[in-house]
Amino acid sequence: MDNKRTLLDVIADSKFIHTILSIIIGFIVGAIFLVVMGISVTDAYGTLLKSVFSSTKNISYCIVYGTPYIVVGLSVAFSFRTGVFNIGAEGQFVMGSMAACVVGILFGSLPSIILIPLCFLAAAAAGALWGVIVGFLKNKWGINEVLSMIMFNWTAFYLSNYIADFPAIHNEGSAEATRNVSEHARTLLPAGLIEKFNLCPTANWGILVAILLTIVIYFIIEKTTLGYELKAVGFNKSAAEYGGISVNRSILTALAISGALAGLGGSLQLLGMGGRISIFTSQEGFGFAGIVVALIGVSNPFGVLIAGLFYGALTYSGGKLNLVKAPTQVVDIIVGTVVFFIAISSIFGAVRYLKKSPQKGGR
Amino acid sequence: MAQKHVDLNTKVIEMRNIVKRFGNFTANDGINLTVHKGEIHAILGENGAGKSTLMNQLYGLYKPTSGEILINGKRLEMNNPRDAIAAGIGMVHQHFMLVQPFTVTENIVLGTEPVKGVRLDMQTARRNVQEISERYGLSIDPDAKIEDISVGMQQRVEILKALYRGADILILDEPTASLTPQEIVELIEIMHNLTADGKSIILITHKLKEIKESADYCTIIRLGKYIGTVNVDEVTQDELASMMVGRQVTFVVDKPEQKPGDVVLEVKDLHGVDYRNVEILRGLNLKVRRGEIVGIAGIDGNGQTELVEIITGLRKASGGSITINGVDIYNKPPRFGFVNGVSSIPADRQKHGLVLDFSVEENLVLQNYKEPEYANGILINRSAIHSFATKAIEKYDIRPANCEGRPAGTLSGGNQQKVIIAREVENNKDLLIAVNPTRGLDVGAIEFVHKYIVEQRNKGKAVLLVSFELDEIMSLSDRIDVIYSGKIVSEVAGKDADENELGLMMAGGGTHG
Repeated sequence: MDNKRTLLDVIADSKFIHTILSIIIGFIVGAIFLVVMGISVTDAYGTLLKSVFSSTKNISYCIVYGTPYIVVGLSVAFSFRTGVFNIGAEGQFVMGSMAACVVGILFGSLPSIILIPLCFLAAAAAGALWGVIVGFLKNKWGINEVLSMIMFNWTAFYLSNYIADFPAIHNEGSAEATRNVSEHARTLLPAGLIEKFNLCPTANWGILVAILLTIVIYFIIEKTTLGYELKAVGFNKSAAEYGGISVNRSILTALAISGALAGLGGSLQLLGMGGRISIFTSQEGFGFAGIVVALIGVSNPFGVLIAGLFYGALTYSGGKLNLVKAPTQVVDIIVGTVVFFIAISSIFGAVRYLKKSPQKGGR
Repeated sequence: MAQKHVDLNTKVIEMRNIVKRFGNFTANDGINLTVHKGEIHAILGENGAGKSTLMNQLYGLYKPTSGEILINGKRLEMNNPRDAIAAGIGMVHQHFMLVQPFTVTENIVLGTEPVKGVRLDMQTARRNVQEISERYGLSIDPDAKIEDISVGMQQRVEILKALYRGADILILDEPTASLTPQEIVELIEIMHNLTADGKSIILITHKLKEIKESADYCTIIRLGKYIGTVNVDEVTQDELASMMVGRQVTFVVDKPEQKPGDVVLEVKDLHGVDYRNVEILRGLNLKVRRGEIVGIAGIDGNGQTELVEIITGLRKASGGSITINGVDIYNKPPRFGFVNGVSSIPADRQKHGLVLDFSVEENLVLQNYKEPEYANGILINRSAIHSFATKAIEKYDIRPANCEGRPAGTLSGGNQQKVIIAREVENNKDLLIAVNPTRGLDVGAIEFVHKYIVEQRNKGKAVLLVSFELDEIMSLSDRIDVIYSGKIVSEVAGKDADENELGLMMAGGGTHG
């Protein structure tokens, strides 16, 4: 029995299983809080399940919610894999969203086939720029990237509010928001399709872009010389430099790609769901959600795809918890617990010692 | 050989028939060890032979699967290092466990600080430290900060720490791995002072010369098995080596006479600063020609590290010139030097040599991943890299076999070094720079590394060897340049070199510079 890998060994070593276990623990902890509050666990979790799977409308809602999370998650996961911690995805998301919004309003008369790619391009460029500036500050003057990213998140926040106030952009009515982007810029599915399959009103094809990006990022990381370089720098800067890889350039490239992804996430959210940008009163937290999604997806692009949908489903269904008088924050408790246990997932390695206990006292 | 202090009538440690299994892997298979009072007992074995496992059981970190441990004649079960310390055992690890910003005194008393009420009594602590340091001839400055003192001094602090806790039995794990030749001489003296005072020392090492110079007895372990215990005076180094590896080991490298050819590397009037921005290279001149090994002998800190970093492009120089085959590579990025003929085995194999999280095959193409052999445009050609790795693993005997996809960090130190050697030799560049290429390796691996370095020379490549091991420099080099205070101060032909004379020149004496 000793020379075969037991089930416990498999559990101890598999990151995938650690993630699943973390999610289960998250729901158990959520249940404990529900019990303490005197709310039926089966009712609450039943509501969560029902509001995800009960109809095509609900499923489409979850996908629509999940799409930007997937792409921002990819942004953060890509940064994890290449050794820069992109805590600035929030700001890059906002910049991307605003860039797409400006293009979508000002060039609204262009046909969709030109306008939508243009919006994506503007969003990616704005996000990449927001990432590259931080990389430049780090390379040139050694400014800590985490600090500048946090400041850049706020800079993007206020810049977005400032731009939203421009007369050419601002809503003509009393709403504290921009105008709606041109219908040509929206990525919504045709109304006929939405009606036929009973989808949610904001059902859009952004998810296809998210899946495409997932494949592209997987491809870059695993199959290209660029991915090799970036990973080498991420794992060990000194060895990469010794091997002739330019560390500074790699950091810039990694931040540019990560920033572009976050920016694209912003545009997908805008063109698919919002259609316009409100004057923010607080940070929207898409970038921070991206960190959560990247962690749950163990920084693997396909893991992130699933984690993003999971996060989207939880966010959407969490809103329905009011129906059973349960606070929506239960979802935050679940997500927080999941992330906590993923962060300390090495403790799951301890299960391999469970099998030793029966042998105790054998001597 | 210094006088002996062994008291054969008093056994301080007896480990009897120790077996330690991890799952179905047997790390120690029936090992016996007896240490007497006042004895220096060496434990010799290759990397992974089970030396550390054995010592960790003595220090309470592991429990033996079977067998017994007697300390001062009493059978003890030690559950943790605290029990071992209480039994009078102290251990100095290879990697020091010191708090860098703390002073020497603070480090020594850490965990057993004398107190006055609730306050620390540093006065008493300082006095106690001075007392034991004088008693054993371990002179140190009790107020110096650890980050400001040399590696040799830090080791003294570790030894004092163990003595301060009342250790009568000291385990020294590879104590000379990072010491200069002078510091090694001093350490051996300290060890003899300690045994004269009735302490016993267990020395874990794979350096045969040091065993001959310091130890009384030596226990040899091979692949977890007990090979034997010998009186060090009665065996030769060669005999020790073959007991350790289980076959004949040749220390003599096959190095036919050959006339060096054209100059490959030429360094002129090189100036440079170290990490503190203090000038450390002060007008260094150096030439390495085809078909010769030039050894740089010197005490650590005289500019060797910076010299190599500048040649390989990792550090900027502040003046002078460097050419490879006439091409100017002065202050060019690493890639430029590489393309023009510089390859190197770096001093720190885990920092510069390898990306430990990358697989062995990925590490084997660290400089060449973009070359057409291994990439189609922007795509990595995994199968080409894999088949190159398979060949290299076989040719350079990298173990375990079939380790192409394993992270390099999971290999032993010797095999990690083989990965680097395989890569750099296969790069087939005109200049090979090797910095401490055998540091921390066992005899078998050292033999292997030396063979490949000499083979490069025999193939007509230029080799620059920088090493703190004087023996290595003397046995491999065609020409030895002594570096002192940022300059080459003298040059001797390898075959005429005399250890004492070199030592003197390395210390800045007897030169005409």
